[in-house]
Amino acid sequence: MNKFLLIGSITVASVLMSFTITQPNLPASMQRGKKVYDTYCLTCHQMDGAGVPRMNPPLIKTTYVLGDKKKLINIILKGFNESVEINGDYFDNPMPAQPQLTDVQIADVLTYVRNSFGNRASMVTVVEVKTERTKLKKK
Amino acid sequence: MQRIFSVFILMCCYVLTACAQTVNTSNPVSLKLPAGFTATVVADKLGRARHIAVNSNGDVYVKLERLKDGKGIIRLRDTNGDGVADEQFAFGNYGGTGIAISNGYLYASSDNDVFRYKFNAKNEIENADAPERIVKDLLNKRQHASKSITLDGKGFIYVNIGAPSNACQEQDRTAGSPGQMPCPILATAGGIWQFKIDKLDQTYGDGVRYATGLRNVVGLDWNTTANELYVTQHGRDQLNTLHPALFNDAQNAELPAEEFFIAKKGMDFGWPYCYYDGIQKKKVQSPEYGGDGKKEGDCGTKEQPLVAFPAHWGPNALLFYNGDKFGTKYKNGAFIAFHGSWNRAPLKQGGFNVVFVPMKDGKPNGDYEIFADDFAGGEENLTPSKAKHRPCGLAMGADGSIYISDDQGGTVWKIVYTGK
Repeated sequence: MNKFLLIGSITVASVLMSFTITQPNLPASMQRGKKVYDTYCLTCHQMDGAGVPRMNPPLIKTTYVLGDKKKLINIILKGFNESVEINGDYFDNPMPAQPQLTDVQIADVLTYVRNSFGNRASMVTVVEVKTERTKLKKK
Repeated sequence: MQRIFSVFILMCCYVLTACAQTVNTSNPVSLKLPAGFTATVVADKLGRARHIAVNSNGDVYVKLERLKDGKGIIRLRDTNGDGVADEQFAFGNYGGTGIAISNGYLYASSDNDVFRYKFNAKNEIENADAPERIVKDLLNKRQHASKSITLDGKGFIYVNIGAPSNACQEQDRTAGSPGQMPCPILATAGGIWQFKIDKLDQTYGDGVRYATGLRNVVGLDWNTTANELYVTQHGRDQLNTLHPALFNDAQNAELPAEEFFIAKKGMDFGWPYCYYDGIQKKKVQSPEYGGDGKKEGDCGTKEQPLVAFPAHWGPNALLFYNGDKFGTKYKNGAFIAFHGSWNRAPLKQGGFNVVFVPMKDGKPNGDYEIFADDFAGGEENLTPSKAKHRPCGLAMGADGSIYISDDQGGTVWKIVYTGK
């Protein structure tokens, strides 16, 4: 039993460490991302990322936030106005496109959202945002 | 054999549950009411209890926004007169908001259609699975899709068709996107439509656009004293995020006012071109249409509110109190249920209460006051997701009590005046 606990703790600790080691820019990106969030996202998604029931979806542990980063980047670039189920609910308000945000701002705010409100996921990089924006321009 | 027996037991349980559910009335929130009033939990955990209607025999009909166990309307019945529902009966295969009782019929709406059910001499609905569809194919683009209803008792039903938009911008809720001129939404939404009660399958061509320039009305009621329709409007959002050069967070938290109107046939309330500034006490031009927070344009020609309430509180129900049980102060006054704000963020949220407006001859007669409060369950819960309850529906019982529904905790309260 103890052995399992030990292995478990080591695994958790190493995952946490690998996060910090492989993502040395995380704290700085989070700090910048919070500013972007407070300006452009907070009103609808609220201070705690819990959103507004049936209007604006939560950002807490949803597949949209924690899943495919390309999809997530495209939600910022193109907006989102479809009836989809998120954590068992449907949401009415449209998400406006925010293409005026720079690649750095988008990378930072998504990194912030993916690592706040109880979320933990890899950073979104500027290169990833740039790639998606370029794809959109080619279309 | 054992398996068959288990299935049989399960089926029995299911049937028993469906027929007469014992209602759990545990309620962690204690409402704050004026002295002499008490609240009883009629039922809770009903799901998204939107609007409610009470029949002359005391049965409470609750419209659910989303189906629960496949049903969208719940009838609550109190068989022993203690105020607590001891029977539930569910029917209707559509979610929605609107519900009302008038002249022997129950009316209920989905986000597209309006149906009605006839009561028999025993106050029972016989055609629970086959209502008459009196209105169909109304605009439903998710945002502001709920179709609130009220009736005048003279053959007409009034249906809100909310604008699927915040401010009629070319790109909804998008900074820098201009307002559409004229706003095309107003042809099929952003107003109240009047239909006949006894004609099947009416749609836009059969109805009358009774009042326009209303962004979204969830609370509306026919005032039998004034013999007119009254409505409450959800004002626009996001002045600060869409126009940061003109409005800061604090200004957005107070603008625009939520408005309470008398809505006479043909009136125009100004959305999307104008909004009501409760601080300057006048209608001004929307920034999407050339406004700067001060310019009036022709907004002075639009209808002005009877009462302006704090911004973003979300008036979801309106009820004129015609009863005698609350005393002269309340007679013919208006109760308004506020769902609770989200767009005041990052400032403190507000609403999550039921307000009373004293009225005389169909006009406000004194300042409004908060009648019922603490639905959210404490200051720390004063956000839309954390609030334990969000007031959404109001109705008066034949015994002069009022009922309040909540679409977050699924609770229905009965409020009585005991004088104690």
